[in-house]
Amino acid sequence: MSGTAPARLSAEASRAIGPSGSPLRLLWRRFLRHRLALTSLAVLIVLAAAALAAPLVEAWTPLNATKVDLMARSAPPSWAHPLGTDELGRDLLLRLLYGGRVSLAVGISAALMAAVIGTVIGLAAGYFGGTLDSILMRITDGVIALPLLPLLIVLAAVDFTKLGLPAALMEGPQGSLYRIVFLVALVGWNTVARLVRGATLSMKAREFVTAAHALGAGNTRVMLVHLLPNVASPIIVATTLSVGNIILLESVLSFLGLGIQPPMASWGNMLTNAQELIYSAPMLAVWPGLLIFVTVMAFNFLGDGLQDALDPRAGEGHQVR
Amino acid sequence: MLSYVIQRLFESLLVLFVMSFVIYALIGLMPGDPIDLMIQADPNLTPADQQRLKALYGLDRPLVERYWNWLQGALQGDFGYSRLYSRPVPEVIWPRLANTVLLLGLSLLLALLIALPAGVAAATRPGSLLDGAVNLTAFAGISVPPFWLAILLIILFAVTLGWFPAGGMGESDAGIVEQARHLALPVLALTLSRIGGIIRYVRASMMEALRQDYVRTARAKGLSRRRVLISHALRNAMIPVVTILALDMGMLFSGALITETIFGWLGMGKTIFDAIMGNDYNLALMGLLFATVLTLAANLLADLAYAWLDPRIAYR
Repeated sequence: MSGTAPARLSAEASRAIGPSGSPLRLLWRRFLRHRLALTSLAVLIVLAAAALAAPLVEAWTPLNATKVDLMARSAPPSWAHPLGTDELGRDLLLRLLYGGRVSLAVGISAALMAAVIGTVIGLAAGYFGGTLDSILMRITDGVIALPLLPLLIVLAAVDFTKLGLPAALMEGPQGSLYRIVFLVALVGWNTVARLVRGATLSMKAREFVTAAHALGAGNTRVMLVHLLPNVASPIIVATTLSVGNIILLESVLSFLGLGIQPPMASWGNMLTNAQELIYSAPMLAVWPGLLIFVTVMAFNFLGDGLQDALDPRAGEGHQVR
Repeated sequence: MLSYVIQRLFESLLVLFVMSFVIYALIGLMPGDPIDLMIQADPNLTPADQQRLKALYGLDRPLVERYWNWLQGALQGDFGYSRLYSRPVPEVIWPRLANTVLLLGLSLLLALLIALPAGVAAATRPGSLLDGAVNLTAFAGISVPPFWLAILLIILFAVTLGWFPAGGMGESDAGIVEQARHLALPVLALTLSRIGGIIRYVRASMMEALRQDYVRTARAKGLSRRRVLISHALRNAMIPVVTILALDMGMLFSGALITETIFGWLGMGKTIFDAIMGNDYNLALMGLLFATVLTLAANLLADLAYAWLDPRIAYR
């Protein structure tokens, strides 16, 4: 279809029509060129598969993530425990896999939630402009300027039952998981909001938006059907990059004892006790941190690669292929 | 320009006012209240005493009224007592603020000393092996969990090599060398955790500057490569870098909280963390407000410096 596209149809418009083969294939080809991003994608798939397989590993092997063995505390690697045991004699490898489930789940779900909040705010600010725009962007800038970690620590310490929220929701075994996803999403939306606003501002002046208005489309329809697909690339890039940041934030909060609560394992809270044992069992402090590092780095490379593939400045935006 | 300064100052004060209320409300939502803590400490107190004490200290009043009373006191310099340290809050905060400023200042300086040459070198040879290495280092820097980096530094320099102490401040009469040894690892940890981001800013900003027409003109005039780099490109590239550094004050402060907590460095970050963990409401409130003031002031300075340095920026 590349040669037959009418010359006056811009690349954005042709992308808005639908996933016609060639632009997507072009993106994919450009992404393939980015070797680091490709490697990162492979690493992330392996990590996610391993984390998802944790219950299977537990069922099929003698390894056990919760069995405390006080006779074998901080044991070195052996056939029974491939990476050794932690300070309570639990199998380290299996706990790392379970911790990966938590870290990846928190990272991805909080990033998606933040992306939704940021997209709504950015679209509204960019599309309606005026006072709404200045108020929303002041709030966005204000949130960026705040000392976030100290504030998150207070938020994590807040007793939500004082606000009348049901205690069962907050204190169940999954309570700390929901709470951290919610908290991190609450402070993580501003990058997406800014990018979406910027993209919306430049898109809403285009002819296809005017045409949609002329055809009688309402504001909601223009925003969701015509603008949203065209501001998708910054959203995808920012969300991928924010998964890494959110995993970092979750691990910091869990490390400080305010995120995921034991006995549920997360890479962050596995490091809490490890700090006191660095003289006797330094490897306990190495493994969880290394996995956080590799995961966050992979998400950052992936986001970078996606940015290069999707970036309109790379030349594709001005040519109809 | 003056009206722009006044407008930005007014905006910052407004944000500070809103944040003071938000923080006050959040502190009120933390588990327990001061009277509960008194009850726990003294078994002779009855529930009737509890009600009486709450009424006496105004804790049974609505949130807005409590906030208003607190604000009136605070504006007159009454910040209350710290529960953990049994001293007026400002007396606790001042020396710790100095410790944090020392830690932040040294780290930022060290980070700039490394990141500037690295970023410039990478930007002048895009696509080279050096650029790749710098880029990889920068990515590693922004991806590494700061607290894990600190733990690794302790394992390497304190446990294995024994060069520096693993934490603490050193005795106050031990002399400057001993205190510097205690400062070494926290400064290194904070520097390394921020350096990746700064390298990326410098590199991106420098590449942008090198694309400008005035750089081509300067080269065409026959100026030396070094001169074009330093006095034409770098000077202009520094404007966004300085701005972003100031805007990153909140991030830097968050990094300081982690570093101080791990190394037992008695700065503002550790003070805030301990105050929140120890239900020291007055101290937590003032610590958070101080941190907010610090980042807002850095932001304000960044905006003003930007408007002053780059005349093309229109004051709104």
